[in-house]
This record gives sequence, structure tokens and C-alpha cells, in this order.
Amino acid sequence: MTARDAEKASRATVRPTAVRLGLMALPLAFFGVFFAFPVASIVSRGLKSDGQWQFGRIGEVLADPETGHVLWFTTWQAAASTALTLALALPGAYVFARFDFPGKQLLRAVVTVPFVLPTVVVGSAFLALLGHGGLLDEWWGIRLDTTVWAILVAHVFFNYAVVVRTVGGLWAQLDPRQEEAARVLGAGRLAAWRRVTLPALAPAVAAAALMVFLFTFTSFGVVQILGGPRYATLEVEIYQQTAQLLDLPTAAVLTLLQFLAVALLLAVHARTVRRREATLRLVSAARTARRPQGAGQWALLAAVLGTVVLLVLVPLAVLVLRSFDGPDGYGLAFYRALASAGDNGGTFVVAPLEAIGNSAAYGLAATALAVVVGGLAAAALTRREGRLVRGFDALLMLPLGTSAVTVGFGFLISLDEPPLDLRTSWILVPLAQALVGVPFVVRTMLPVLRAVDHRLREAAAVLGASPLRAWREVDLPLVGRALAVAAGFAFAVSLGEFGATVFIARPDSPTLPVAVARLLGRPGELNYGQAMALSTILMLVCAAALLVLERLRTDRTGEF
Amino acid sequence: MSMLRLDGVTVRFGERAVLDAVDLDVAEHETVCVLGPSGSGKSTLLRVVAGLQRPDAGRVFLAGEDQGGVPVHKRGVGLMFQDHQLFPQRDVAGNVGFGLRMRRAGRAETERRVAALLDLVGLPNAQRRAVAALSGGEQQRVALARALAPEPRLLMLDEPLGQLDRGLRERLVAELRELFRRLGTTVLAVTHDQGEAFALADRVVVMRDGRIAQSGTPLEVWQRPASEFVARFLGFDNIVEATVSGERADTVWGRVPVPAGTPGGVCRVLVRPAGVRLGAVGEGVPCGVVSRTFRGDHVAVRLRPDAGPELEAVCRLGEAPEPAARVGVRFDAAEVVVLR
Amino acid sequence: MNTTLRRALGAALVGVLGLPALAACGGSGSSKNSESSGGKGDKTVTLVSHDSFAASDSVLKEFTQQTGYTVKVLKSGDAGQAVNQAILSKSHPQGDVFFGVDNTLLSRALDNGLFTSYQAKGLDRVPGDLQLDAAQHRVTPIDTGDICVNYDRAYFADHKLAPPQTLDDLVKPEYKNLLVTENSATSSPGLAFQLATIAKFGDDGWQDYWKKLKDNNVEVVDGWEQAYNSRFSGSAAGKKAKGDKPLVVSYASSPPAEVLDMKPQPDPKDAPTGVATGTCFRQTEFAGLLKGAKNPDGGKALIDFLLSKTFQEDMPLQMFVKPANQDAKLPEVFTKYGAQIDSSATVDPQKIAKNRDQWVKAWSSLVLK
Repeated sequence: MTARDAEKASRATVRPTAVRLGLMALPLAFFGVFFAFPVASIVSRGLKSDGQWQFGRIGEVLADPETGHVLWFTTWQAAASTALTLALALPGAYVFARFDFPGKQLLRAVVTVPFVLPTVVVGSAFLALLGHGGLLDEWWGIRLDTTVWAILVAHVFFNYAVVVRTVGGLWAQLDPRQEEAARVLGAGRLAAWRRVTLPALAPAVAAAALMVFLFTFTSFGVVQILGGPRYATLEVEIYQQTAQLLDLPTAAVLTLLQFLAVALLLAVHARTVRRREATLRLVSAARTARRPQGAGQWALLAAVLGTVVLLVLVPLAVLVLRSFDGPDGYGLAFYRALASAGDNGGTFVVAPLEAIGNSAAYGLAATALAVVVGGLAAAALTRREGRLVRGFDALLMLPLGTSAVTVGFGFLISLDEPPLDLRTSWILVPLAQALVGVPFVVRTMLPVLRAVDHRLREAAAVLGASPLRAWREVDLPLVGRALAVAAGFAFAVSLGEFGATVFIARPDSPTLPVAVARLLGRPGELNYGQAMALSTILMLVCAAALLVLERLRTDRTGEF
Repeated sequence: MSMLRLDGVTVRFGERAVLDAVDLDVAEHETVCVLGPSGSGKSTLLRVVAGLQRPDAGRVFLAGEDQGGVPVHKRGVGLMFQDHQLFPQRDVAGNVGFGLRMRRAGRAETERRVAALLDLVGLPNAQRRAVAALSGGEQQRVALARALAPEPRLLMLDEPLGQLDRGLRERLVAELRELFRRLGTTVLAVTHDQGEAFALADRVVVMRDGRIAQSGTPLEVWQRPASEFVARFLGFDNIVEATVSGERADTVWGRVPVPAGTPGGVCRVLVRPAGVRLGAVGEGVPCGVVSRTFRGDHVAVRLRPDAGPELEAVCRLGEAPEPAARVGVRFDAAEVVVLR
Repeated sequence: MNTTLRRALGAALVGVLGLPALAACGGSGSSKNSESSGGKGDKTVTLVSHDSFAASDSVLKEFTQQTGYTVKVLKSGDAGQAVNQAILSKSHPQGDVFFGVDNTLLSRALDNGLFTSYQAKGLDRVPGDLQLDAAQHRVTPIDTGDICVNYDRAYFADHKLAPPQTLDDLVKPEYKNLLVTENSATSSPGLAFQLATIAKFGDDGWQDYWKKLKDNNVEVVDGWEQAYNSRFSGSAAGKKAKGDKPLVVSYASSPPAEVLDMKPQPDPKDAPTGVATGTCFRQTEFAGLLKGAKNPDGGKALIDFLLSKTFQEDMPLQMFVKPANQDAKLPEVFTKYGAQIDSSATVDPQKIAKNRDQWVKAWSSLVLK
């Protein structure tokens, strides 16, 4: 063997690693610059004074009984919300997985709407269900607002879809004959479920539970709007300390605390995801769903639909109803006001219809960013080996568990010098939104990419296709659908993104959620009505995007 | 006494009757094989007996008791699924012992039984193996052991050997038959493979479109297919329309002898390939040889008569005529079956 | 992090990400000005403010006609967030002028050295008691607004009860269960109302007052939106939400805002809501020239313009505040439906800055726990 041959051979073995590193470069740079760097800047600003690290502050804040109190409340409400969500949504997951009924696709899209709606939009409508004069109040005289129950129920509302989609997606593909086999061997209906289906579902249930726990652990809007002033999560406290009190040291310690908790969660999540890939008997979801049979199944379907109606549809319906409840009775008055607000002499904060255009433009930019960054990350993660790769996976999830105010204020103090002075650029908003969108893109793409049989690529190579060509001819058509789903989800998520968007100073081109928040912040019937009308529009856009996703969805398209 | 009795069982999927008023008896210790093409309703039959499918009409009796309203897990039957449905999260022992644990057998008892069953199916000491790591034949054996473990009063097998290769299949059929005889198990199996059915069963039931087309011992069914459908399903294609008078039938192939006592009139007759005798041109029906197919211990010859459908004949090795040769054909009365 | 490192990092990453292309088309999509910020001889002046800032397009155009500068507005969060962001980014300010620091936040902004001195033209037309930095002119008062208890006229008419007028009225038994206010820690009207009580009852007395208020079942919610839109029975939104509290802590300008869109507008006596004039706290909002502004001349021109009659008369219906310039006329809806508030409480900004955290903490443990 000549030296040259040896070099060639070694290069051939090195190449996959090099390619992977190459794929990871952009996502890593993206997260480095637009997440890690800003967050590190704001945290170090808090912990440093006169160039000296003030580690004493950490001890002080941690020793404060108030910190322990907040941490305890944050944790237990998240645990309780997760348990309640699982209890209410698992029957839903079953029904969506195993039953065929008219309007199923539409309903699956609708239950996902809350997940992408900003809390500012839903909060007031949700109050109408649980608060004073709400439905519960009128029917049974029960008021839940300013109690912890309101927080828990609203968390179920927001996260119902996480469980239905994550668990239901897998459940639909489990072979029902597995359970039948257990039944024939003498297991009762419940025993068969517990001993055969549950173990197969367990990793998906655990993954869903962890996601719900993560989302509720870092809950902000729900706790603020529905919980009343007595309840604060870490996230709320970080917001208080940063945005209102400018107590950066305390905020920094709390941020680190939350980071620690979230990192711990993500580590557990990574483990369960890995376990989930253990061999399961999967069949096409289309084969497993049938019309309900017998009174029991119909009753279950009715119960689940009832839950969905009460929990998801009623709050959304209240929103819609109020958007039509104009000064002269029901009508389109508020919608007309939306359309005309721009030209009546600029007496308005912003032409609300313009907000729709802004939202769409930002959403598209954020989606493009999220798909490029997330797609490359997913491609790099396709091969499972390596601790480094798993760490990278967890890193991409971190923005979901980081306070929007931390990121927003971090942007402000870190991206403030050329060539990175993006603070006054419109691109900052899509960048912040893309941070939230990337994890969803990765979660959606990864299972599909991993499922592409490498022998297909080999077959293409044997037939004379270069690696790039093979990727285009083999992978892309298979992955195209998942890519569309990922893009759609990223779009819907960025449409509803509110947190980071308000914390970033930006030229005045408000998005839909920001416009809604502004309208809600001004007195007068017309403003309130227009807020409801805009919310309804936002809801419809989200629902439409999600409905398209339902049509594109395949069995393999990931967790969401 | 019959272990299983079906009485007018009907199952409809929408408009289509998958099972249409099926009556069936399986005696204790008997092995019955339901044979039929795919879509004939055989798997549904098993699901009705197991209680996994509710019949639209009719009743199921196990040991004389009506099973209406008895849930699946209280019926005491075993079912081996077509693709085994082993539980992938459990190891071999976890699968085999599953039914025992459902019956609250003690741990020691379960372990003992699992070991004994694994010995029985020829997989000693496989307890801790993962089912995903088993070969097709091994999965088959584990599935069988799992179905047998709770000692079901009726064991049902759905295409038990369907996915295995031929050599393994033939060996396992013999093993199964021996095993069932030894254990005295009552067995109801369904298959689309006649060889498997004939080798395994005491009695064969042929199904067509949800109805029973014929029932009898393998020999009876083989020798006297009751209808053209059964005959063709068993692989016999030498079938032609005939007019019977006395001990002969007139067909487009010419005169075919029929057994004495056959009622006269128009019917269809089957000549089994073994009953098609080849001779010199001018003796009997003149035919051209279309093709020869080597079948191991014999040669199948396709013949084209001057009129009527093609014929298949069986020749001993070395006696088969060359393709394109002309031969004369006679029919052996012992191999002629009159179909109703 | 040190500047060189940051520069190098930034340059490398911008190269990788191809951001120049993105940044170049920045703003062209929706904002009014497509120039990227900075640059010498720039004809753009950048105004940094909170989310409530609003002005008519025609008024901003007039500024451009008068001075040749175009205004680019950056908004971020509520008043508190906006001030805090300005403080955090003071070494590299985002714009030239900051508008929207009020007297509760003024000391924090001044102590952090956010502004440079500039004596605006037209300052002589602003009442002296609003000029809280008269010695150095680092900030210029632009508008005032009062935070007062609003009441639901219909409720008190139906119950044959006179609406409360003063803070002392609010603790009387006949007004038990009727008031909803906002959390001082999270809401600026909430804090202002607490400051009104501190101004009235003093450092020693305000806690006693709140104890009485608490005994009278005052309800506290986190934000003005919830209090006004969901709980207050007098607002249009609150009526729909079946609000159950006829008293709310809101703005003196809320009653005119309520009737603004009504057609026909009701007689002032029949307006849905009114103001308890003895419960008010005065907020004054200031603008200032940011230290390190890239376009100080434009900034100065903008501050002059903010105080001009044109802007001052546009402001009331845009932001529901009152002009600081005495020459500016109030719109009719304000004079007709707004209350005449003779004595509005104030607290010295330095005292607020010094005691704010401690006051809020004391209030929280007293009222919320």
C-alpha cells in the first residue's frame, strides 16, 4: 500500500465525522451567538461587579426562604399539572389513536391550537370559563380564578395536545393484536392494557410527561394571568427581578437555578427518548383505527369529546363569541373596525390588519431560519452514537426552558456592537422565534431521517449517484413531507410566540400577539372587541396551518 | 362430546358477510384444520371463538356452555397469531409465563412450567433471550409454548407455519401433530396451505366466502372433493362439463369412465392427473404436449387436446414425452370424481 | 466580555450565517425607515420608548417637514421594562431619545446616568412643578396622567349609594367588597395607587390604611388588563365579562376613553364611569437625550417637537395622557368627560427610588400573604 492509498483510506474513514461536524457548525454557531452568548452575558452581568465574580450573591439568594418557596411552588405545580394533563389526555390519546370518527383530523388540529396560542390571548377567555361569572360559576357557583386550580386546568388546556400527539402517535401504530394476544392468554381488558400496551407506551408517556413538565415548570403567562399575585414560578420571578426591579444578581441566580432544573429534565428526557427507540411492533396507523363498537367504546368517545369541548373548545368559543358581541348586538363591528383602524387618521396604535402581515412575514423568516438550522441539526443527529451528539440534542432544547426575558435582555446587552448590532434590526424577532421553533423542527425530522434505510442510499450509489445526488434523490423525497410538517409547526409556533417578541425593542411592526396585548392594554369597548377579533383571526390562522399539517402527517413524522 | 360447537355464526363487515351461518363441531382431542383462500373468513372464525370478534348472529359453545357474554380472558382458549405477536419488551420466559401469571400461578410453579414447555418445544434454556433476537422458527416455538402454557381447553392456530421456509415447515408439522397427540390437545387451526392442513388435521374443513364448502378427513376431501371450488382449491384443474349415462360420461375430451351408481344427467367431472394415462397416438384422445415440469419424484406434463381445456398428467421420471410430441390419452375410472 | 473578543466572534459568525444579507434588507418589510441604524450625517433620529407610545402619522410627517429628520420608533415592553432596557444598554444606546420614564422611575434613570442635559425649547410653557430636574435639564416633562379609582355609575345609582371620593371613603363599610386594584410589584397603576396612599398617610400611616382596606376585602390582581377588562363592572369589556367590582384603580383618562367610540356619545352625567377625584396619584412622563446618541442634533430637535403644540395636542387621544405644555388644548372628549382633579398626590422621585423595593415588599407581605 502506498502512502497515498493510506491517506485516502484514512480520509474515507474520517469523512463521516467531518461531514457531521460540518453539519453541526451552523446550528452550533446559531445557538452560540443567539442563545448561549446573550444568556451568558446577562447572567455574568448579574454576577459580576467591578470585574469581580460575586459568588457570595449565589449563596445569599439561595438562602433566601423566598427562593425556596418559589422553587417549591414551581416544582409541585408542574408535577400536579403534568399528572392532571396525563390523566385527562391519555384517554384522548387512546381515542385519537384507535377510533375513527368524523371530523377527527379537524379536532386534532383544534386541540393543538391552544399549544401555539399566546397566553395573553387565551388568558382572558379562560377566565370566562373559570372566573367570576364564568360557566362554572353560573352552573355550579364554582370560581377557580386566583386559585391554583385555575393554573392547573389552564396548563392542561395548553398541553393537552402534547400528550395526544406524542403518545397518540405511537399508540396508533401499536399492533392491537398484541393486546388481543394477552387477552387470549387470560388477561382482563385492564390487565392487558397495563401489561402489554403500557410498557410499549411508557417511553412515549414519559417523554410527553417530561415535555409537559418542562413547559409547566417554566410557565409564565398562565401563572401571571390566572394565578393572581399570590403565585409565582421561577420564570415569573426572573421576569420580576429582571424587567421590573432590575435586580440582575438575583435574576442571574434564579436563571442558573432554572437552567439546572431544565438541564436535569432534558437529561432524563434524552434517556427516555433513547429507550423509546427499542424495538416495538409498529403497524400502519390507518390499520388500527376503527369505528367504536359497543356501548363502552361509544361512552369513552363521548367522554373524551366532552372533555375536549369543555376544556379546549369552550374557552376558544368564548373568544370567538366576544369578537362578534359588538356594541349593537352580534355582528362584524369589531372586524370592520380592524379593517378601518389604519386609515382613520392614525388614532390607533397600529393598523391591526398590518399586524397580520407582520406576523406572516416574521413567521416565514423564523420558519426559514428554524428549518435550515433545525434541519441541519437533525441531519447531524441522525447517527445516534456519541455522547457529544446527545449533548447537542439537549442543547437545542434549552431555549424552551429559558425565560424569554433573559433571552430578550441578553440580546440587548450582547448584540450591541457592529457587526453584530442587531438590536434595532427586524431580524431579531424572527431570530428569537426561531430559537423556539428549532427544537420542534429537530423533534419532527429526526425520527424520519433515522428511518430512511441506508440501503436505499447504497442502492443509489451503486447506480451511480454521488452522495449529494443520492441525498437529493433518495432522502429528500422521503423527508420532504416531514420537512413540510416541521416548517408548518415552526410557523404556527412563531405566529403565537409572544414572550421574546415583547422583550425585544424593535421597530414598530407589531405581530398579532403584540397587537392583541396592546389592544387589551387600552380602555374602551372597541379596543377590547378588536383584541378579541384579532385573537380569533390568529386562532384561525393557527388552526388552518395545523390542519394542513394533519393532512401532511405520516406515521413517522416525529413527536409532534 | 364436542369441545367446540358453532351454531349459525354470522359476522358482517358492512354489507359483506365474512362468516355466513357457519356450523362447526370440534370433538375433544380432535385436530381440525380450516382450509381456505385468503378472505374466506377463516381468521374471523378464530376471532369469534376467542371472543375478539362479536358475531352478528349465532352462538358459540365451548364444552357445551354458551360463550355469549363471556369475555375473552375467561374463555380458556389459546390462540397463536399468524405473526406470533410475541411481546417485544419481555424476554422468552416473560412471554411463555404470561398466561400463567394471569392465572396467578406461583413464581416457582411458573418457572417450572416455562422450563418444561421450552424443553417441549425444543428450546431448552432460552428463558432469558430477547424475542427480537430469535429466528422465525424459534419465535414460532416460543409462541406455541406461550399458547400451551395455560393449558387451554382449545388451542387455535392461525396460519401456524405460514412464515417459515419449506423444510422447517415440514419438520414442524410432524412435530406439532406428535405433540398434540401426546398432550391430547383439542386444536382448531386455519391455513391456506393444503399440505399443512392435510398433514396436521384429523379433519379438514374447506371454507369459501364465509361458508363451509366441505368437511371430512384429509383422505375424503382429497379423494372426493365435493365441488369444483374445492377441487380447484386443492390444485386440480382437469375439470370439464359432462353428460353422464350409466358408467360413462361424454365430454369434449371424449368418453370418460365414471364410478358405477353415478346418477345420470349433466354435471362436471374431475380427472386427477394420476388418472390421465399417456399412450401412443391413436389410442384414446389425441393431444399435443405443451410443456414438462420436473417435480422431484415425478414429472407434470401439460397436454393440449384438439378440443376442450388443457389437461395435466403425471408421469414417472424418464417416461415423460418430449414437448411438441403427439400422444393419446386415456382416463382411469378410479381417478375420476363427479362434482356436484 | 471584552470588546475585541466580541468583535472577532461577531465578525466570524456573521460571515458564517450570511447575516449581512439579512440585515441589509432589515426594516424594508414593514418599518417606515429602511436605513440601518447609525451612520454619520444620518437624517434618521431614533426614539426609544415603551409599548404604549403612539403618535399620528401626520404629526410625525410634520416633524420631518420641519426638521428634515425622519423618526424611527423602537418600542419594548411596559414603562419599567423600557427604562431597564435603556439602562442595560447605556454603553451602546439603541437610539437618540428616550421617551416614557415617569416620576416613579426617574431617579433610577438619572442615577444610572442615562441622559445628557438639554434645555428644550418651549420649556417655559410647562408648569414648574412638573420640572423635576429643573437644575440640570437632563429630562423634559412631556405629559401627565393621573391614576385614580374609577367607579361604575350604574352600580352606585342602582344601589342608591354615593360613589366614594377619597381614600378614606374606600375603607368605609358601605364600600366593602367593591374595589379591585393591581399588584404593586407587577403593575404600574398598582404601584401608583400605593404611592398615593403613602403620600396621603405618610411612612407611618400607609400600612394601617392598607390593613383597613384589606379588612374591607380589597381584591388584588396582577395587571391592569385583568382589573379593568375582566373585574370592573363599569367598563365595556368588564360588562361583557360580567365584572363584579364597581371600583377599580385605573387612569383619570379612562372615562373619556370609554365614551370615545360610543355613538351617540352620552350626556356627561350618564357616562358609564367616573373618577373618584380624591384618590389620585400624578404620573409625569419625561423624555431625555440619551448619552452617546449618534444623532444628538436630531435628538434635540425631536425633544423640542415632543413639547410642541402639534405633538402635545395629538397626544391625548393617542396615549390618553394630558399635555405638559399649557398652550396645548385638550380634545373635547377630555374636557367633557374627564374629571377636574385639583389635588393629585405625588412623591419625590428620590424618595421613591430609595424606598421602592422596601415599600413593595412590605405591601406584598401585608396585602398578598
